[in-house]
Amino acid sequence: MSVPFSAQLVNVLAALLLLIAFAMLAQRRVLTLIRLFALQGAVLAASTIVVAWSTGYKDLYVSAGITLVLKVILLPWILHRLIDRLYIRWDIETLINIPTTMLAGIGLVIFAFALATPISQMASTLTRPTLGIALASVLLSFLMMIVRRKAVPQVIGFLAMENGLLFAATTATFGMPLVWELGVALDVLVATLIFGIFFFHIREQFDSLDIRHMEKLKQD
Amino acid sequence: MEVLIVLGLPLAGAVLLALAGHRAWAPELNATMSFATFFATLLLAARVVADGPILALDEQFFVDPFNVFLVALTAFVGFTTSLFSRPYMRTEQDRGRLNAARLRLYHSMFQLFMFTMLLCLLSNNVGAMWVAMEGATLSTVLLVSLYRTPASLEAAWKYFILCSVGIAQALFGTILLYFAAERVLGAGGGALLWTHLHAVRNQLEPTVLSLAFVFLLVGYGTKVGLVPLHNWLPDAHAEGPTPISAVLSGLLLNIALYSVVRSKVLVDGALGRGFSGGLMMGFGLLSVVVGAFFLSRQRDVKRMFAYSSIEHMGIMTFAFGMGGAVAAFAGLLHMTVHSLTKSAIFFTVGHASQATDTQDMASIRGLVQTSPAIGWGLAIGSLAILGMPPFGVFTSEFMVLTTAMHEHAWATPLLLVALGVAFASIFGKVQPMVFGETFAPPLTRGPALVPVFAHLAIVLTLGLYIPPYLVDWYRQAAALIG
Repeated sequence: MSVPFSAQLVNVLAALLLLIAFAMLAQRRVLTLIRLFALQGAVLAASTIVVAWSTGYKDLYVSAGITLVLKVILLPWILHRLIDRLYIRWDIETLINIPTTMLAGIGLVIFAFALATPISQMASTLTRPTLGIALASVLLSFLMMIVRRKAVPQVIGFLAMENGLLFAATTATFGMPLVWELGVALDVLVATLIFGIFFFHIREQFDSLDIRHMEKLKQD
Repeated sequence: MEVLIVLGLPLAGAVLLALAGHRAWAPELNATMSFATFFATLLLAARVVADGPILALDEQFFVDPFNVFLVALTAFVGFTTSLFSRPYMRTEQDRGRLNAARLRLYHSMFQLFMFTMLLCLLSNNVGAMWVAMEGATLSTVLLVSLYRTPASLEAAWKYFILCSVGIAQALFGTILLYFAAERVLGAGGGALLWTHLHAVRNQLEPTVLSLAFVFLLVGYGTKVGLVPLHNWLPDAHAEGPTPISAVLSGLLLNIALYSVVRSKVLVDGALGRGFSGGLMMGFGLLSVVVGAFFLSRQRDVKRMFAYSSIEHMGIMTFAFGMGGAVAAFAGLLHMTVHSLTKSAIFFTVGHASQATDTQDMASIRGLVQTSPAIGWGLAIGSLAILGMPPFGVFTSEFMVLTTAMHEHAWATPLLLVALGVAFASIFGKVQPMVFGETFAPPLTRGPALVPVFAHLAIVLTLGLYIPPYLVDWYRQAAALIG
C-alpha cells in the first residue's frame, strides 16, 4: 500500500511534534523551553499548510497564518519579555526526576494510541495515526504541567497543550470552522496576558514564582 | 434582534464601566446595566414563550425553552447581585481593602462575566460555547485575586490552571464531536451548530461520541465542580469578593452544567441514555457524598457554603443523569432554587463577615442582635438550602429522591445519608452564628436586604405553588433534554 507524499509529510511532522513534546518534558532551562514551544508552533503551522495544500481547503491557510503569528512570534515574544522583566533564566525544578518523567511519558503515549486507535480507523487515510499523536502530545503537556514547580513552565505546558489540540483539529478534521479558531486564538492570547499579569502579582506577594509557596489552602 | 440586545447590553456595560468604573456612581451604573439586561431577557423569554424556539443571526444563536429560562435566571441573579454589591463594595473600599483602580476592574469584569455567560447560553455553535466558557474563566480570574492577598492569589492561580486544563479537555471533546459530525454533515460551520447536530444525532458515530462525551464531561465538569475535579471551587469562593462568590456559585456552575446537558442530549441520540446517564449519575453521587462530608470540617463560612454548592451540583448532575421527564424537571427546578438560595446566602454571609471582620465561623456570633435582618436571612436561607419544607429546594430534592427510589433504589440511601450529614453540619454551625452572644458593633452602611429577601421569597413561592406557565415551561425544557 503506497501512502501519498503529503500524508507522509504530515506523519513526519506529527512525529516531530511528539518529539518536541518529549524534549520539552526533559528540558530544564526556561529559555530553551520557550524556543521549543516556538518550534512546536512552527511544526504545527507547517503541518496545517501541508493539509491545506493537499486537500485544497482555503480556510486552513488562514489557520496556519494565525498559528504562525500567534504561536511562533507573538506568544514566545511575550514570554521572552516576561522572563526578562522577571529575571528568570535557569531555574526549573521538577517534582519527579527527568528519567522517571520520560518513562511516565512513554506510558502516556501508549495509552493515547490505545484510546485513539478505534477512532483513527474511521479517519481518512491521510491522517490515520495523527489523532493518537495529537492526544499523546496533549497528555505529555499535561504531565509537564503536573511535574513542574515554577509558574512559567506550567504556562508553557498549558500553551503546548493548546498546540496539541489544534493539531488534532487540523489533521483529524481538516480544520475546524474559522470563527471557532479565531475565538480560540483570542482566548489563548488573553489567557497568556492574564498569566503575565499574574506573574507580577505572585512575585510581588511571594518574592518567587515557585508554586510551593502556594500550597497553603488545604482542603479541609 | 432580542438576542443581540441581551448580549449587547452587558458588553456595552463592560466598556462603559472600564472607562468609568472607579467613579462614585459606578455601582449604580452597574446595577442599571444589569437591570436593563434582565429586562431584555424578559422580552426575549416572552417572545420564545409566544412564538417557540428562535434561531438568530445565521443560526449562530438559538433560543429554546431550556436555555431561555436559564438566561432569565442568570440575568435576574446578575441584577440582584449588582444591587448587593453596591453597599458591599463601598464598605470594602471604606475598609481599605480596595482602591479605585481595582473597583473599576471589578465593575467592568462583572459585566463582561455576565456577557460571557449569556453568550455561552445563547450560542448555537458548540465551538462558540466553548470559547464563551473559557471567556467566563478569564473574566473572573482577576476578580478572585482582587484583594491581592497571598491566599487570594493562590486561589486564583489554582482556579485558572485547573479550569484552563479542564476546559482544554472539553475542547478535545468538541473537536471529536466535530470529527463525528463532519462525516454526516460535511465540513464547514454547519457541523458545529447544535441544532444541526441535534437533527442528525442518531447518525453520529457512537465510538467517537462516547469518547467525546467523556472529554466534554471531564472538561465542563471541572467548572461544574464535580468531585474529584472540584479542588479550585472552595478556594475561589472563599477568597474572592462575596458578590463574585455569589455569581460563581449561583450562575457559573449552572452554565457549565448546561453545557454538559446540551452535550448529553447529542450523545444520547447516538448511544442511548445508558452511557452518559451512568457517568453523570456516578460523578453526581460522588459529588453529593464528598461535598456533604467535607461540610463538617470547614471553619470558613464561605468555604462551607462552597462545599454545599458542590453537593447541590452533584444532586443536579445526578438528576439529569437519571433522565426522564420527572428527573429532568426536578433538575431544572433545583438549578433555579439552588441558584437563588445560594446567592441569597452569600449576600447575608458577605454582610455578616463585613460586620465581624472575619470569615471564621467561630468568631461570627449573634447576628440577630447586631443586624436582625441579616441574621434571619442567613437562618432562613440555610434552612431553605438544607431542603426544609416548604421551600422550593425541598420540592426538587423530593422529586429527585422519589425518582431515584423508583429507578435506582441503590442510590437512595447514599443520597439520604449525605443530605442528613449536610443538615447536621450546616445547621449546627449556622445556629450559633445567628443566635449566639455578641459584642460586635452593627454595620455602618445599610445592608442590601432586597436581594436576599426577594430571592428567599421566590424560593418559598416555588415550594408552595409553581405558577402553571412556569410548570409548562419546565415541562417543555425537560422534554427537550429528558
